[in-house]
Amino acid sequence: MTMTEPETHVGSPRLRREDPALLTGEAQFIDDMSLHGEIWVGIVRSTEAHATILGVDGSAALEIDGVAEVLSGADLAPLWGEGALPCAWPVTDDMRNPPHLPVATSVAKYVGDAVAVVLATSRYAAADGAAAVSVDYDPLPAVVDVEAAVADGAPLVHEDLGANESYTWPLIPDPEAVDEAFANAAHVVSERYVQQRLIPAPMEPRGVLAAPGVASGELTLYSATQIPHILKVMTAVTLGIPEHKIRVVAPSVGGGFGCKLNVYAEEILCSALAMDRGVPVRWTESRSEAATATIQGRGQVQHIELAADDTGKVQAVRVKLLADMGAYLQLVTPGVPLLGGFLYHGCYDIAHYSFECTSVFTNKTPTDAYRGAGRPEATYAVERAMDSLAVAVGVTPEEIRSRNFIAADAFPYESCAGLIFDSGDYQAVLDKAVEMAGLEGVRADQTQRRADGSNRQIGIGFSSYVEMCGLAPSRVLASLNYGAGGWEAATVRVLPTAKVQVITGSTPHGQGHETSWSMIVADKLGIDPDDVEVLHSDTAISPTGLDTYGSRSLSVGGTAVFMATDKVLDKARLIAAHQLEANEDDLEYVDGSFQVRGTPTASVPFAAIAFAAFTAHDLPEGMEPNLEAHVTYDPPNFTFPNGTHIAVVEVDTDTGDVDIVDYVAVDDCGNQVNPMIVEGQVHGGVLQGAAQALYEDAVYTEDGQIVTVNLGDYLVPSAAEAPAYRVAGHVTPSPTNPMGVKGIGEAGTIAATPAVINAVVDALRPMGVSDVAMPASPQTVWRAINEAQGGAS
Amino acid sequence: MIPASFDYEVAESAEHAIALLTEHGDEAKLLAGGHSLIPMMRFRLATPTVLVDVGRLDDLRYINADNGTISIGALTRHSELEHSQLLAQSCPMMASVAALVGDPAVRHRGTLGGTLAHSDPASDLPAAVLALGGTIVARGPGGDREIAATDFFTGYFESALADDEMIVEVRVPAGDAGWNYQKFNRRAQDWAIVGVAVADAGAGVSLVNMGSTPLRASAVEAAVASGASAADAAAVAAEGLQPPSDLNADADYRRHLARVFTQRALNAAGVA
Ligand SMILES: Cc1cc2nc3c(=O)[nH]c(=O)nc-3n(C[C@H](O)[C@H](O)[C@H](O)COP(=O)(O)OP(=O)(O)OC[C@H]3O[C@@H](n4cnc5c(N)ncnc54)[C@H](O)[C@@H]3O)c2cc1C
Repeated sequence: MTMTEPETHVGSPRLRREDPALLTGEAQFIDDMSLHGEIWVGIVRSTEAHATILGVDGSAALEIDGVAEVLSGADLAPLWGEGALPCAWPVTDDMRNPPHLPVATSVAKYVGDAVAVVLATSRYAAADGAAAVSVDYDPLPAVVDVEAAVADGAPLVHEDLGANESYTWPLIPDPEAVDEAFANAAHVVSERYVQQRLIPAPMEPRGVLAAPGVASGELTLYSATQIPHILKVMTAVTLGIPEHKIRVVAPSVGGGFGCKLNVYAEEILCSALAMDRGVPVRWTESRSEAATATIQGRGQVQHIELAADDTGKVQAVRVKLLADMGAYLQLVTPGVPLLGGFLYHGCYDIAHYSFECTSVFTNKTPTDAYRGAGRPEATYAVERAMDSLAVAVGVTPEEIRSRNFIAADAFPYESCAGLIFDSGDYQAVLDKAVEMAGLEGVRADQTQRRADGSNRQIGIGFSSYVEMCGLAPSRVLASLNYGAGGWEAATVRVLPTAKVQVITGSTPHGQGHETSWSMIVADKLGIDPDDVEVLHSDTAISPTGLDTYGSRSLSVGGTAVFMATDKVLDKARLIAAHQLEANEDDLEYVDGSFQVRGTPTASVPFAAIAFAAFTAHDLPEGMEPNLEAHVTYDPPNFTFPNGTHIAVVEVDTDTGDVDIVDYVAVDDCGNQVNPMIVEGQVHGGVLQGAAQALYEDAVYTEDGQIVTVNLGDYLVPSAAEAPAYRVAGHVTPSPTNPMGVKGIGEAGTIAATPAVINAVVDALRPMGVSDVAMPASPQTVWRAINEAQGGAS
Repeated sequence: MIPASFDYEVAESAEHAIALLTEHGDEAKLLAGGHSLIPMMRFRLATPTVLVDVGRLDDLRYINADNGTISIGALTRHSELEHSQLLAQSCPMMASVAALVGDPAVRHRGTLGGTLAHSDPASDLPAAVLALGGTIVARGPGGDREIAATDFFTGYFESALADDEMIVEVRVPAGDAGWNYQKFNRRAQDWAIVGVAVADAGAGVSLVNMGSTPLRASAVEAAVASGASAADAAAVAAEGLQPPSDLNADADYRRHLARVFTQRALNAAGVA
């Protein structure tokens, strides 16, 4: 791709400066690093879903060359004492939260739970050693299914907690009004959907390298994490290491999708061992290990009901969720369903709201945030239910949506769940998608094939979504019991030669912050983006930050950079006014120079100001030298990206095979900084959402054994399966932040899953199919057809 | 994902490889493209203590035609079959099936000898060699012997090869009459959930992933021979078979797929 330099950078596509190092292998990931004297950790993981650990026998492992020690959970316990792995989101005061030790001492609670540790001189010896450790288990009954977990007499995951329910969280502003709406409804839709568990599969699995400073008492923790800042605080709290003695570095990180937004057993384990032994301690996760050792996503059973009048206008929505926490609460596990809990009315103007979530322990890997975290689940339920309502009312999917959209002139809009939506024009977005999809022609083709009884049926699936990004403001997070704030920090530092360093507290791991932040700063300062360096992901360089998740980077972190640059300009203006002996209010900043308005010859370039600030020979009275500003930005509200996606699928009714033949995405993420990055986020997001619809499923047997532990069995789709996306934007700037931006990191994933399933169901409705379970594999679709036709399955 | 430890020997010739196999017995395994063996070692499903690397025996990488027979060296890569001009003209089915194996990286490493020796019922090229009525040439300490493809696959990941034998060549008859290969999978790089190979206008029909070995669909062949329609012939495709059940398909669904794709393959091969 060649690109000419545009007038302003923001708003024009720009190739990512990150990519050359990534593509040539120059980028350093955890596993590329090596420290003198390092020892490797191999982890022995439970092969039982639930079992008492009777004993750990490491004698055979100790025979292996290179294996130094075999340690059971009990051996390791003194390293962390009472310090359990943190859960930062105790959503209710009475939430049940079992202590979660990095290595289990007496009972293994899921397949993959760490039960012993091997220390060795190489990764290979560590793996051989771990394979040779024998653990004596006494199996206990396992709870695998969430619905079974809340049934009477279900075995308990945590005996001492007395129940498998962790918490119940209701959001029902006006219960009577909801009941009344259902009592008076002309149409009631009532549906049950299952959100299968997903295994996040970033290109790079996790890895940890913990290096102690024996003399200084310092710990440097390298981790493939999305959250070095949060990890630093949590490591200090968990292990009692003074926070100022900890430095956390996230080197190049090969994606996360939420699964690296956590504080993991291996991070605490390697840190504790490194500090104890005085040598670097490391661990690299294998792909199969990641299937159980890293959190999984989704895992919900959803009941949704809509009450509508005879025109299909929805009056109330009622939702009951059962959410599968797995065996323990990881960093934000309990909060994930809540992130969707405010959005079950979708982008529709619905008066009354009832949401209740019960979260449940099972003997499986813990769940936690996975791209979209709660919002894909919510969007799926609403968008599937809206299609069912359209059928009940006898109108098209686009018509039922139009009848219910929040009107463009209703913003700022207060939702029935209590949020204030910032901006949008949902109807315009849908209209654009309909036009791009050539809906009329597709419908004609569909009608023809139905008439012909073709074995290649066409389905059209809509998904209109609104989501919330940039978790904020901090005081609202307090009301949700969230254990941190919603702010982000940035420093903009002008160097003596007028080059600029930006230090961001946001932690990119594939998103392209370096490119985008440099574009923002370059435009404001009138300089070249290549003259702006963006530093991040190392708490020694960027000491303050809240990292990257929840599509918050641009709307919070980017805004902080924007505002810090303004502060720099404010100071620069004072210096310029001093040099020009002019009033600062008479100055304007044009093409990288301050000039006296109306007298362009009286001007001083940015470079001269930068140097003057450095030498400090002649600054205004009382001004501190240097040109540098720091901002911590706490947004006043979330931002609310929205859009309509349309999937067109062809279903082979002989085999059940589904092919996405067209995919149109129209997204309103507010103003776009780098449209190329926006498009990339939509492409990847859509494929990840389509993956849930058609391919991915963390399959467990009834006794809690996981079946899908490699990428042959766990079907992450590849480029060959990706639809030929057609992507467009619609811009309604968010009034919440000065750049008018919203967020695009999760939108595609949120939108795509219901679009694809709605399309599959649409294709098969004339055959009597009204629901297809996810993933809609060929076998599942073929069975659904057979069952609907009353045939043998 | 970390294999157990093993020794590694590079074979200088087929004879050298056989000598090393004889020396190390069933502890040793030949390493060709490594795209079946190494994954199994990484999962520790295979733990050979000696690998004998035959991947550099370039004199066993060839495709020749002679008197209506195509001879292919055992170390010929899938990608070489895929792009062979000779095959495109003289045995397009082999090239076309090779193009559907895995992804480009797999096809650049994997070898024809390796995929046959591995005897995976889900593999593509064994089905093609079976349907074409090919012959496998095995070399052992006592010299070469020819094994008909129909006698080669003896059980689940088991072949008629002895521990000290190596495939050196594969022979298939030339011809481009009435052939087709149907491969049904969910992702482009995956093995077939079910596959059907039809050669010689239905005289040779074989099935992928419908039993413990790559197998000939003899009931279908007989039906075609007796003049049955494609639909009628396809109806008996799964007769008497015990297909596996896995995450993608249970046995019943596989039987259904075998019928659907046999009919599609026969139709495409010109059987009405
Ligand atoms: C990601 C992936 C996707 C794949 N997808 C497909 C697919 O869609 N369809 C498909 O058919 N295959 C697929 N394969 C398998 C691939 O085709 C293998 O390359 C092939 O099955 C084995 O060939 P190889 O040369 O790699 O054998 P190796 O892995 O080197 O060896 C396999 C076995 O054969 C033995 N062996 C090798 N050569 C000889 C010889 N000359 N004589 C005797 N024994 C020998 C070895 O000792 C070993 O036991 C896939 C593989 C991967 C990794």
